[in-house]
Amino acid sequence: MSDTWLMRNLRAVNGRAYPRIIGSKREPSWLFFDIVLPLLTVAAYAYIYKFNNAQEQFIGYVVLGGAMTAFWLNILWSMASQLYWEKEIGNLQLYLMAPISRMSILAGMAVGGLFFTTLRATSTLVIGIVVFSVAFTLSNPLMILVIFVVTMIALYGMGMMFASLYLLFGREAYHMSNLMMEPVYFASGFYFPVKYLGFWAAAGASAIPITLGLDALRQLFFAAGSGDAFLPVETEAAILCVLSVVFVFLAKYSLDYMERLGKTSGRLTLRWQ
Amino acid sequence: MQPAVETKDLTRVFNPKKKKEGKSVTALDSVDLRIEQGELFGLLGPNGAGKTTLLKILSTLLLPTSGKAYVAGFDVAKDFQEVRKRINMVSGGEVSGYGLLTVRENLWMFTQFYGIKSRVANERIDSLLEKFGMADKKNEKVRTLSTGMRQKMNVIRGFVTDPDILFLDEPTLGLDVNASRIIREYIVDWVKNGKNKTVLLTTHYMAEADQLCGRIAIIDNGKILVCDAPQKIKKLVKTSTTLSLDVSLMMDKSRIRAIRGVDKFTSFDDAEKDVTHLRFVLEGDAPVSDILSELTRSGSKIISLQKTEPTLEDVFIKMVGKGFE
Repeated sequence: MSDTWLMRNLRAVNGRAYPRIIGSKREPSWLFFDIVLPLLTVAAYAYIYKFNNAQEQFIGYVVLGGAMTAFWLNILWSMASQLYWEKEIGNLQLYLMAPISRMSILAGMAVGGLFFTTLRATSTLVIGIVVFSVAFTLSNPLMILVIFVVTMIALYGMGMMFASLYLLFGREAYHMSNLMMEPVYFASGFYFPVKYLGFWAAAGASAIPITLGLDALRQLFFAAGSGDAFLPVETEAAILCVLSVVFVFLAKYSLDYMERLGKTSGRLTLRWQ
Repeated sequence: MQPAVETKDLTRVFNPKKKKEGKSVTALDSVDLRIEQGELFGLLGPNGAGKTTLLKILSTLLLPTSGKAYVAGFDVAKDFQEVRKRINMVSGGEVSGYGLLTVRENLWMFTQFYGIKSRVANERIDSLLEKFGMADKKNEKVRTLSTGMRQKMNVIRGFVTDPDILFLDEPTLGLDVNASRIIREYIVDWVKNGKNKTVLLTTHYMAEADQLCGRIAIIDNGKILVCDAPQKIKKLVKTSTTLSLDVSLMMDKSRIRAIRGVDKFTSFDDAEKDVTHLRFVLEGDAPVSDILSELTRSGSKIISLQKTEPTLEDVFIKMVGKGFE
């Protein structure tokens, strides 16, 4: 691996991340659609918990879940579907023709998306805290950072893998993303601890990295969180590390496979194919 | 000196397994081509001839079904990363980039995929925008550009990475005269003033190929029919007479086709203007009077008649038996 190769790929990551980062500044409509609207769902759950006299931390779970929803939406609509849309608008062949690793393009999308989505998630979190007077505790900030980082690597790794799969199997990325939106909201426990789904259902849902990430963050942010935990934080961190490696590897494999298949069949660059 | 592009018995078949069902398409059929470094080479052919498929193979986007293709001495199937460092491609009518970025930002983004330092990239972008008459558009969002401006930006995208070999697939498609002229002039200058810079240009505009290219290959149905300098190619029909006629709309052309001495013949009915355009490649001048007699006999009114110098289109008509339209 030469410096030139590394620099070229780092520049590619920077180049592809740029439109996403600048987009948040140029199209401020996201402030309404991506912060205000998701807060309505958060508010609905928060009031249900309040009226049912649920334990205080449940409102905090909902606010945290609402913030993390932004990352799942970003994975579905801006990672998984992206290569399909890039093909439709004619950019994909330009990416494939460039002397870089295809992972750099996806990593650029991920970095740009992560930056933008972290802004959105933070905004949701802050507004949620202010509106619902949620009390977070920061007993182990390092662990919070570790959990967040490995969750994001695993999650965006999964998004990168989906990006290739959508190209291979999906004629309409829109429908596939729609199909995966609500079931994952439910199974990943965005609005309630996943433990209450039962062990096997929660174990199955743990294949989606945000499930364990969210469960671990709830334990770390709320003193009473461990009572509602599916697994201990350390176990969840270890599983998330494994998922990170697995998803990044699968993303690389499926991307190579997709490119090879595309070059053989012509499906990726010839729109009539 | 090693050639910029070389293909040996290059064949590309789409859906080869569906041959029995008749769904298999042979886009390239045993193509042998050699393009030297520093050449401005034209690939001329009608829609569906195989031009774009050839370019996609050379730019590592498609694999050949059989045969070999080399770019800058590297095998496009095996050494594709080496090929990619040395090439770029621009297609006519493409809508690459992102509408929310400015022209300068879009071009900068694409340079980053080639590892070009931002300072160098921005200098090149500014210089090219100036040369293409787009300096005043550099801070405009791409989605606000006209089709012509957007296409000029795409052409700049091809040059801004300073490739050794540039593939241009119908770069002036749908552009107005002025925009086409600017692009053509820059292509010629780039090849002339660059060190062994090579352009492979596909077009179905005969005049464009004739004007720009040092050598031309005519391709149809995936086969290279002829490959030489435009002047030499036109000599292939030098012994023939070419005749262009506009007559009032003519439905039955069978008798014209049957006239002795008519080597090749094409026609195009323009129902809107009530005119039929006829073009003949004749074996000498003798059949001219027979054609005129037949037209008079059939009641067709002759609107215009022109005996012309042979063009590349005449060569194409002679070789394929049909025009580009």
